Amino acid sequence: MRKGTLRQILLITDGCSNQGEDPIAMAALAKEQGITVNVIGVLDQDIIDEQGLREIEGIAQSGGGISQVVYAKQLSQTVQMVTRKAMTQTLQGVINQELKQILGSQASIDQLPPEKRGEVIEVVEELGETVNLQVLILVDTSGSMKTKLQTVKEALLDLSISLNARLGNNEFSVFVFPGKKGEVDRILDWTPKMESISSVFPKLTSGGITPTGPAIREAVQQFQKRRSLKSLFTRDGDDDVYIEQSM
Amino acid sequence: MVMTMYTSNNLCNIRTGTVIQGKWHKRRYEIIKPLGKGANGVVYLAKEGRAFVALKISNEATTMMSEVNVLKRFSEVQGIALGPCLLDVDDWLHPHEKKIYSFYVMEYIEGDDLLTFIQKRGKEWMIVIILQLLGDLHKLHEKGWVFGDLKPDNLIVSGAVPKVRLIDVGGTTIRGRAIKEFTEFFDRGYWGMGTRKAEPSYDLFAVAMIMMNMCYPKRFERKENGREQLQLMISSHPYLKKHEKILWRALDGKYTCAHEMRKDLLQCMQQPTEQKEKREGRTVRVKGKKKFRLLETMFLFVCLLFMYVVYLYVQIL
Repeated sequence: MRKGTLRQILLITDGCSNQGEDPIAMAALAKEQGITVNVIGVLDQDIIDEQGLREIEGIAQSGGGISQVVYAKQLSQTVQMVTRKAMTQTLQGVINQELKQILGSQASIDQLPPEKRGEVIEVVEELGETVNLQVLILVDTSGSMKTKLQTVKEALLDLSISLNARLGNNEFSVFVFPGKKGEVDRILDWTPKMESISSVFPKLTSGGITPTGPAIREAVQQFQKRRSLKSLFTRDGDDDVYIEQSM
Repeated sequence: MVMTMYTSNNLCNIRTGTVIQGKWHKRRYEIIKPLGKGANGVVYLAKEGRAFVALKISNEATTMMSEVNVLKRFSEVQGIALGPCLLDVDDWLHPHEKKIYSFYVMEYIEGDDLLTFIQKRGKEWMIVIILQLLGDLHKLHEKGWVFGDLKPDNLIVSGAVPKVRLIDVGGTTIRGRAIKEFTEFFDRGYWGMGTRKAEPSYDLFAVAMIMMNMCYPKRFERKENGREQLQLMISSHPYLKKHEKILWRALDGKYTCAHEMRKDLLQCMQQPTEQKEKREGRTVRVKGKKKFRLLETMFLFVCLLFMYVVYLYVQIL
């Protein structure tokens, strides 16, 4: 298989959206375009409300990704684990599709006998190590997140340490919502290095509304913009192969 | 700290006496009790016939298989028991949930985890275990692997003649790739002191942190400047202070292989007593040499004298 690029949106939030489109629909839209949406819900000591929890799960489910609710303290470990697991999941989905083509519609990795499965997993791991990855991080900066922003920053720095140890290339971009004027603000443009967010994060102000849906929509558009820009420059549109899956 | 959220609750509460039969190989295992919960599954003590085994079960087929792959590789390295022996790999259909879980069965290593062992048997074992561990790590690194999630919880000291054994190969990674699984306190990335690339120095950083953990059983959280904090912790504990140089070489990633660190530790251990002996030994030897030289000179002198006498005698005749 050719070396390709995986595209993910990582949403970090602590509750329910209250403005704009339904985030679950927007996540489904992202998935349709081959972008996986992962969600991490951050708790303080208190518990998250039922509605918020349902939304977090719903976004990840319709976005073909993984969701996880954690205390702020565990954020670093969770962010990198969720990202990696989602990568594996996507790659596995791709391989499952290939298996179906070879062995018929019933085939999937889980249905192989353990001996064969081991060999397939080795291929998945190999791919996970070498594939290129683009992660767009969406951080909820509405009121209650304010105290957690420092932890979020650390977790993102930690994520880049983890991913940059891989052989494949990584690119990160960070957006926050609500933005100063619009719904979303970009605070970090695509870059393999995340260190520069250290200077941006402390300056963030938190707003009252939580437009999660519009934020996801905007994130998807960022990916598309990037894609068209690239093909403009490289002319050879074949240069970038995006790995997409339907689970 | 442990990521429990991925493990289904039902897997944590498999009742004693439940029989788990594999879908493919049909071997039967009777659950006895849970032994521990890892990042990706639960490990149970189980019985196959009369033999005790450790059975790890999880809803994460992928991670399970990748652990199995590592264990298989380990068993290819003959003669050295690095991890537990792999006995069986299979799937189990949960009778109530009608869901398939993956499991694998390995040798049951009976013993205490590192910290408990040290607590029971005394501090003098610390250095012994670390030396054993470095020996094993060296072999592992030579085979092209890095253990990754190295911590006291993943080290079991077992046997009548205590020997440290590595369990839980969830973090074990091919050299040069990105570390698969780690625990913050033992991870150099967390302390801002290096990458998460699988290389021998990654494990050696963790070894140094295990030594820290043996002296500070409660561990501690990172503050603003990780390096300064570690410095303070090292200099305020006599045992660590004694090994300061070695610890820093390991923490800074200066050791490229486990043997180097092992050699340094051995040397450090012998230093205070040996230095004295060495000095005494040397002076004794020097004295001896002097005496020997004197004897040599006298012997030569006598020889020459004798030859001269013989010469004179011949000349006169």
